[in-house]
Amino acid sequence: MATEQLHHTALTLVDHLPILEVLVPFVAAPLIVVLGSRKLAWPIAFVASAISFVIACLLLLQVLDGSYISYHIGGWAPPLGIEYRVDAANAFVLFLVSGISTVILPYARASLEAEIPRRSTTLLYALYLLCLTGLLGVVITGDAFNVFVFLEISSLSTYVLIAQGSHRDKRALTAAYDYLVMGTIGATFFVIGIGFLYMATGTLNMADLAERIAVQSDSRTIRAAFAFIVVGVGLKVAIYPLHLWLPNAYTFAPSAITAFLAGTATKVAIYVLLRFMFSVFQPGFVAQVPTLEVIILPFALLAMFGASLTAIFQRDLKRMLAYSSIAQIGYMLLGIAFFSQAGLMATMIQLFNHGITKAALFMGVGAFVLRAGGSFYHHLNGLGKSMPWTSAAMVIAGMSLIGIPGTAGFISKWLLVQAALDAGWWPIAILIVASSLLAVIYVWRMIETLYLTESKAELQARQAPMSMLIPLWIMALACIYFGLDSDLTLSASRTAAEGLLAGSTGME
Amino acid sequence: MDSGTLEFVIGHLNYWLFILLMMTGLYIVVAKGNLVKKIVGLNIFQTSVFMLYISIGKVTGGTAPIFPLDMKVDPDVVYSNPLPHVLILTAIVVGIATTSLGLALIIRIREEYHTIEEDQIAEIENAVLKSEQWASERATGEHS
Amino acid sequence: MRHHLILRVITKLLVGTIFLFALYVQFHGDYSPGGGFQAGVIMAAGFIIYGLVFTLKRVKQVFPPWLVHKLIALGVLIYAGTGIYSLLAGYAYLDYAALAPHHPEHGQHYGILIVELGVGITVTAVMVAVYYAFASRAPILSDEDW
Repeated sequence: MATEQLHHTALTLVDHLPILEVLVPFVAAPLIVVLGSRKLAWPIAFVASAISFVIACLLLLQVLDGSYISYHIGGWAPPLGIEYRVDAANAFVLFLVSGISTVILPYARASLEAEIPRRSTTLLYALYLLCLTGLLGVVITGDAFNVFVFLEISSLSTYVLIAQGSHRDKRALTAAYDYLVMGTIGATFFVIGIGFLYMATGTLNMADLAERIAVQSDSRTIRAAFAFIVVGVGLKVAIYPLHLWLPNAYTFAPSAITAFLAGTATKVAIYVLLRFMFSVFQPGFVAQVPTLEVIILPFALLAMFGASLTAIFQRDLKRMLAYSSIAQIGYMLLGIAFFSQAGLMATMIQLFNHGITKAALFMGVGAFVLRAGGSFYHHLNGLGKSMPWTSAAMVIAGMSLIGIPGTAGFISKWLLVQAALDAGWWPIAILIVASSLLAVIYVWRMIETLYLTESKAELQARQAPMSMLIPLWIMALACIYFGLDSDLTLSASRTAAEGLLAGSTGME
Repeated sequence: MDSGTLEFVIGHLNYWLFILLMMTGLYIVVAKGNLVKKIVGLNIFQTSVFMLYISIGKVTGGTAPIFPLDMKVDPDVVYSNPLPHVLILTAIVVGIATTSLGLALIIRIREEYHTIEEDQIAEIENAVLKSEQWASERATGEHS
Repeated sequence: MRHHLILRVITKLLVGTIFLFALYVQFHGDYSPGGGFQAGVIMAAGFIIYGLVFTLKRVKQVFPPWLVHKLIALGVLIYAGTGIYSLLAGYAYLDYAALAPHHPEHGQHYGILIVELGVGITVTAVMVAVYYAFASRAPILSDEDW
């Protein structure tokens, strides 16, 4: 800011943490391309992702008490300049995204080598980092238009990453194309919404938007903006009727990429939905328009049952897990629909727990694909004996998916049922338990195939390599750890829920 | 049509055009089976948003938002709002990236499927799905 | 290609002018409309028209694909590097005042110049890369298949 900068006080490294969170993977991506070395690509990607993870931990520790950090890009103060704003809600998601990325990268090395021709791997790591940059940027930024830019950075790299699956199955190409068309429509709807907000308020900074929307929430422009933004983000979230891109994309993408996307991409979209619903549009505004009861609640229930039932009848483990993801997103939406602190807390914690659970499950699938040649149930017959470690990790993660006590999944289901009872919606609580039973069926089918069937004699699968087993077990143990010691996740999601429900006052 | 309605229609011309273009684009994306045509529709859809943004940046009577070189800004001069244009510059770049990625995918699809018609691709994929199902049924049937 | 004499002569004349115009748009961009995006596209148009008239092979000798790919990344690094420089100088990311601490206005000027150079390089390289990617795709199917 031109003139007064003459008396400039130097910022320290700690002040720069919010920008470094995004900047490190962002700079590492072109660095990989410039160096162009296949040997260096993976180490650079891993170091960048690990640094992001460390920074995310530091940021989370700073904001756990409910405070927030604001970083002004270019020294221009908001609302004029772009602001990065870290509070408990997004620090928690940053922690999840960078953590999953860091655990998956060591795993990805062996998995991608088997599924992708070697000449593509260098650029693949650059794209992976760009995708990570986009996801982290969406979460950390406090500027509405900036969300769109980062969203597209992550989406465009995601389309390419999914299309890389075409080396194994050509259907990855059509999956990527369908996702591109639907994702672009979603993102464009989102921009239309932002445009309407800008027309009505003349600002793009989220905190500033919140203030100005609060005084004119009757405006039809703002209501239209709300509708466009919810539908646009809903496409990215894969809310039940808008989920059509997800099963194919997850099934045909390379295994490591599926694990990464399943653990992060939809979670980030859920975060954007929460951020816009509660921080930009106020909780009061959301209560005024009957979106929650009329749209979010029924579709959440539909997802929980419809997608779970579809999952039961799948023959491909990877596709089954993709449908189960849609069902689990239903739980997160349900938490939002309760419109209470307990509900939002359940959403935040389910977001985190499902992220690690699904990442673990898809990593296991990748190991099966590598050793057994496919993820159809008939490929998995008897693998419990020949791949005991991978199978055991899959069982742990599967139990977390169902929500068996002692696993991370239990904590989130428990909170969700509690939130339902608090709201006095006991039929919903029963439905939550009932849909968990559906999860028991499809997870049991996996366990049955792994342990209770004979393997084909001619196909003796070997144990997965250590570089894949260790990350898989880190994720599986995280499922147990966060199920037994839920202090960190509970306090982070509680602070996040409080901040979100406080609306714009929570952003001051 | 009385003058009030006419004023409403003409005064909101940019919005009518926006809606028209947006619906045209969306319709093409949904209704056309040719993958390239879908991308064309997507482009029209995106362009409608560009137009919306740019038209709302116009201030009536405003001139181009370029300050004179000596930076002596006349306070009486009204400038149009340049911010939406800058935002749309970013969105245009995103649009180009999406279009070229979509077309690149179409080229790869054509190499693999030998067609770019949606229904023919669906036919091929269904056949693959059936054979997979058959293989899986046969494999599990052996054990039961 | 030998018989398109007029095309070849005009193109040879035009390409230089196009590049010159691109450089003008690039470096005059902070006084008048223009900047890296526009200049990059104009610059790329110069290469593409050369490729259209003198074949892809020739333009790839002038501007080899490996260089195009490196330049895409290099431009981004120039942009991000400007920001990192201001980080190291103790300013906020991309605070151009860091480039001339005693004359922040000059800093803004240098900053936008460097950043736009990065943008220009990347946009040129990306547009040329897109052209190469599509043009060098040998048609595998015959014309009747369309």
